[in-house]
Amino acid sequence: MKVTVTVNGTEVGAEVEDRMLLVHFLRDAAGLTATNVGCDTTSCGACTVLLDGESVKSCTVLAAQADGSEVTTVEGLSDANGEMHPVQRAFRQEHGLQCGFCTPGMVMAIVSLLRENPQPTEEQVRAGLEGNLCRCTGYHNIVKAALAAAGTDAG
Amino acid sequence: MIPASFTYTRAGSVKDALDLAAKHGEDAKFLAGGHSLLPLMKLRLAMPEILIDIGRIPALSYIEDRADHVAIGAMTRHHDLETSGLLARELPLLAHAAGQVGDPQVRHRGTIGGAIAHGDPASDLPAVIVALDATLVARGPAGERAIAAGEFFRSLFETALAPDELLTEIRVPKPASPGWSFQKFTKRAIDWAIVGVAVQGSSIALVNMGPAPLRAGATERALAGGASPREAAALAAEGTSPPADNNATAAYREHLARVLVRRALEEAGSRG
Amino acid sequence: MSILGTRVVRTEDPRLLTVGGTYVDDLRVPELENAAQVTFVRSPLAHARITGIDTSEARDEPGVVAVLTSRDLGEAAEAPEHAEAAEPEHVASDEELASSGEGGPGAIGGPFTEPTLAGDRVRFVGDAVAMVLTDGRYQGEDVAELVSVDYEPLPAVVGTEAALAGDTLLFPPAGTNVAATGGADAFDDSIFEGCEAVVEQTIVNQRVAPVPLEGRAAAAVWRDGKLTVWTSTQNAQIARATLADALKLEPAAIRVIAPDVGGGFGAKIGIDREVVAVARAAMRTGRPTRWVETRTENLVAMTHGRDQVQHIKIGGTRDGRVLAYRLGIDQDTGAYPRLGGFLPTLTSLMAVGAYDIPRAETAYRVLVTNTTPIAAYRGAGRPEATAAIERAIDLFAAEIGMDPAEVRRRNLVPPDKFPFKTASGAEYDTGRYAEALDTVLEAAGYADLRTEQARRRESNDPVQLGIGLSTYVEITAADATAGETARLAVHDDGSATVYTGSSAHGQGHRTAWAMLVQSELGIPMEQVTVVHGDTDLIPEGIGTYGSRSLQIGGSAVHKAAIEVKEEARRLAAEMLEASEDDLVLDTDSGQWQVRGDPAARLSWGQVAGHAGGDGLVASVEFKGDHATFPFGAHLAVVEVDTETGKVRYVRHVTVDDAGPVLNPVLAEGQRHGGIAQGAAQALLEEVRYDADGNPVTSNLADYAAITATELPSFELVTMETPTTLNPLGVKGIGEAGTIGATPAAQNAVVDAVAHLGIRHIDMPTTPERVWTAIMEAQKARGQ
Repeated sequence: MKVTVTVNGTEVGAEVEDRMLLVHFLRDAAGLTATNVGCDTTSCGACTVLLDGESVKSCTVLAAQADGSEVTTVEGLSDANGEMHPVQRAFRQEHGLQCGFCTPGMVMAIVSLLRENPQPTEEQVRAGLEGNLCRCTGYHNIVKAALAAAGTDAG
Repeated sequence: MIPASFTYTRAGSVKDALDLAAKHGEDAKFLAGGHSLLPLMKLRLAMPEILIDIGRIPALSYIEDRADHVAIGAMTRHHDLETSGLLARELPLLAHAAGQVGDPQVRHRGTIGGAIAHGDPASDLPAVIVALDATLVARGPAGERAIAAGEFFRSLFETALAPDELLTEIRVPKPASPGWSFQKFTKRAIDWAIVGVAVQGSSIALVNMGPAPLRAGATERALAGGASPREAAALAAEGTSPPADNNATAAYREHLARVLVRRALEEAGSRG
Repeated sequence: MSILGTRVVRTEDPRLLTVGGTYVDDLRVPELENAAQVTFVRSPLAHARITGIDTSEARDEPGVVAVLTSRDLGEAAEAPEHAEAAEPEHVASDEELASSGEGGPGAIGGPFTEPTLAGDRVRFVGDAVAMVLTDGRYQGEDVAELVSVDYEPLPAVVGTEAALAGDTLLFPPAGTNVAATGGADAFDDSIFEGCEAVVEQTIVNQRVAPVPLEGRAAAAVWRDGKLTVWTSTQNAQIARATLADALKLEPAAIRVIAPDVGGGFGAKIGIDREVVAVARAAMRTGRPTRWVETRTENLVAMTHGRDQVQHIKIGGTRDGRVLAYRLGIDQDTGAYPRLGGFLPTLTSLMAVGAYDIPRAETAYRVLVTNTTPIAAYRGAGRPEATAAIERAIDLFAAEIGMDPAEVRRRNLVPPDKFPFKTASGAEYDTGRYAEALDTVLEAAGYADLRTEQARRRESNDPVQLGIGLSTYVEITAADATAGETARLAVHDDGSATVYTGSSAHGQGHRTAWAMLVQSELGIPMEQVTVVHGDTDLIPEGIGTYGSRSLQIGGSAVHKAAIEVKEEARRLAAEMLEASEDDLVLDTDSGQWQVRGDPAARLSWGQVAGHAGGDGLVASVEFKGDHATFPFGAHLAVVEVDTETGKVRYVRHVTVDDAGPVLNPVLAEGQRHGGIAQGAAQALLEEVRYDADGNPVTSNLADYAAITATELPSFELVTMETPTTLNPLGVKGIGEAGTIGATPAAQNAVVDAVAHLGIRHIDMPTTPERVWTAIMEAQKARGQ
């Protein structure tokens, strides 16, 4: 079937199998490989992207379900001048990433979280990341990065 | 992992969805948010030949105040329940429990109708609507019918819905007694409940204490007979048949049911 | 001022944050454009004979490139470049495969040899039986289901007791399930003579899954007699050696590239047999191949870690002096004894931990079972030792009624005793163990915590407080003498390139190595490119494991920088017609100057331009003489809901002393991640099998990988005690957090319910397990 999705502001159309998952549409049809697949059970969040502005796990959305929608991946976060998004900057500043595999999904989850709750507490950040696994950082600096990006880092 | 091949169709309206279901019969499955069905399909524990996407029927997504009850369209997402001012005011139990489902990403996609129609006894919202004495509205080739939540859940993944019937609306009466509590016991926040308890007033329903969401009948009767919450909660496991699995033995689930029901009643009491 | 020791954010990050890393699945290189997707057909049974494999239905599907079984993979290098599969029913026997040298990587071998694909027997759920090559990604799983394997089920050996019983043998020609033994032949009870208090306990150090967020993956191209393999590994050079051996190719005919690697934690040391199969398949079919495992595949077929049953006995005086310690280990090594066969030697070596215990004995048995093979997982043999001794110390403290902090203080190796040779055979280099303990107690507010605990006990609060300690020492760069390579080239534009044998998978080597170069040469780190994980560019090297990178690989970079500097001094003297002795390198500006003549200056670019030949280059190898021994102290605080058994992890305070810190940002990151993984083992994570050997934790919904919601922020305290064993004075920090955290968290849970009469709860301390312990203790007290 034909699926068309606006990815990071650019319309991407492709003829795909009905069963194609959105994450593979992004990786293979749109050629954007930052978004990773980390599990089979909607558990790890590595594939998190924004679908019409809200975080979703793109391994559990069919490309067909996203037809006609807008998707933002981590590749689409920087501004027109190539300046990193505040969440990306905070990740670097606070060392919120090590191997980088969970990072694109983690960043997108936090972007969505901060849109819904611009001034979260540490506890709210942790709860908001319950669907994103990281094996390297112990989450310590990811939580710090989220709080720093929100401008509420109480230290 | 990848689902087995299927044909995707999208329904533009309820009528459209029912026509497609009638046409394809047993081979077809409705796809709502997909967060119960797609994971099963990826593990190839479900292999429908046709998926009928009902997730984009705008007429099925709403939360409306209808005097004595609140009507919720079946395709209303958990996130919309969680953040609804109307629910926070009228049905805080449902709003709160919806915020406990899965994780934020799941709540952005998953729908109340999908969670209910899936019939998973470990799922949060089925027990909540049982505790709230909701009525479920289903539409099929023969028209519309209303099913009491208590009658809806038959067994493991088995509901009163016929394959060609679509759950369209959940009608939740405004509670007479304001006290409520939702206790979800998990190892990790993201896990399904090992045991859960939903309390509204003196109505108590249990998550994952049997093949379907259950009322804690013995506790409810004891309360009605004047027992204290602590005394009544001691009966919470009566009439249940909890599963034994990787997360817990049946005996531990029974113990948890007693503890959590007591805590839920105490919390509901403090809110009442 | 040197950049070393300062907080420097990583050079790796902008790319990872804006366009993402390039992991094996992300490679879009032209060589892989036509790559066939590899899907493995895996055993659904824990133990069975294979009586036939029918691949015909699968082969006939459109888009199928090949279906290969063990028989097709033999002598792949000589095989014609087409894809004829085995005729049905013919199965190569294990013996046949073993005698043809068809061995998997890193194994004990002999009668326990592991084939690349299963021969006539499968030994765990997930054992690879056949491989399907398809044009498209989505077809692979469809086609794999069409491969028909006839299994004749055999009884499954699950757990060490069943392995020891020996009723069923995994490798009948071996005649036993005991793959190796070591240590004392028989225990000697006389070591406990003179002990006023003796405690014994059996402890299960459970099996856990490494779960790097990127699973295993490989891609291979065979073209013009050269094999190129991209794989997610910690050690490209070891991977190349394994491939050369298995495929009977010259190492020079193989290029292994480790692109970005999405975490390893020891489970990506070298390569697993699937990677050999992927390479063989490329050679046999002439098609490039690519395999990226699913998480379910990862949880059943990537190696697991830990899995020891430990029998401990500890004795001492009533005033808190430990006199003797015994550790007996039954190591479940899973279906094939890979690195798991070696881990108990490290556990034994580190048995007595940070304590000056006069008498100790250890013994171990390595047992094969019908479960996923065991290998390294963050700490690899040392966390098991620490978990045992730290539990033992707490058990001893409880027995004599003394505060566990005080028992530790009375037995820690004192600072004036270093280098210290332990009763279990290790030689510790440097340490201030008691100071680490006291620093942590102070930072945590130990006395106040005990007061609060007493208050809750007194008031019978349903939520009790637990305080857990561990004082640990561990061994890093255990193979220091194997060394590491570095090549440093300074270019005529003033930039530099480091080629390192170390290989990062998240640690931040590019940042750290560039800092070393800047510190020594004054070339700004932004102008230092660091290359790792490519055997064409770095043919010799070891890679990253055992917390060896900075102390061995970093010391090599440091050594190369000094050699380059000396060569540059010679060249600069020549250019400026000055004496070498008068030349000074200003490491702030990166300029060579002649003492007393400020006008006589040269930049690195100018000096390098003058070098001629290969340019300004140093190729070195650094070898350590001896392992180093980082140490520290951890304190965990938990709350236990005594009505449900649920544990809430509240605080974690640590000192982890691994010598001078090169970049606090990176070192803290290692500690954070280590603490989380260590605590996860104590509190939540466990790989489980049913009685038939079926895994019941084969996806991330069932395997309870710890999340942000279950963890607190960590409180780190700094202590830096240098070693004399390398020029940087550093020890390893990659595994320390894990080693210290596990027993601290476990001890905290036991401590929370100790007043109820509980002395021990095995890990993970899940709600039901804690609640059960409380119930049993109540019963024992007759309540």
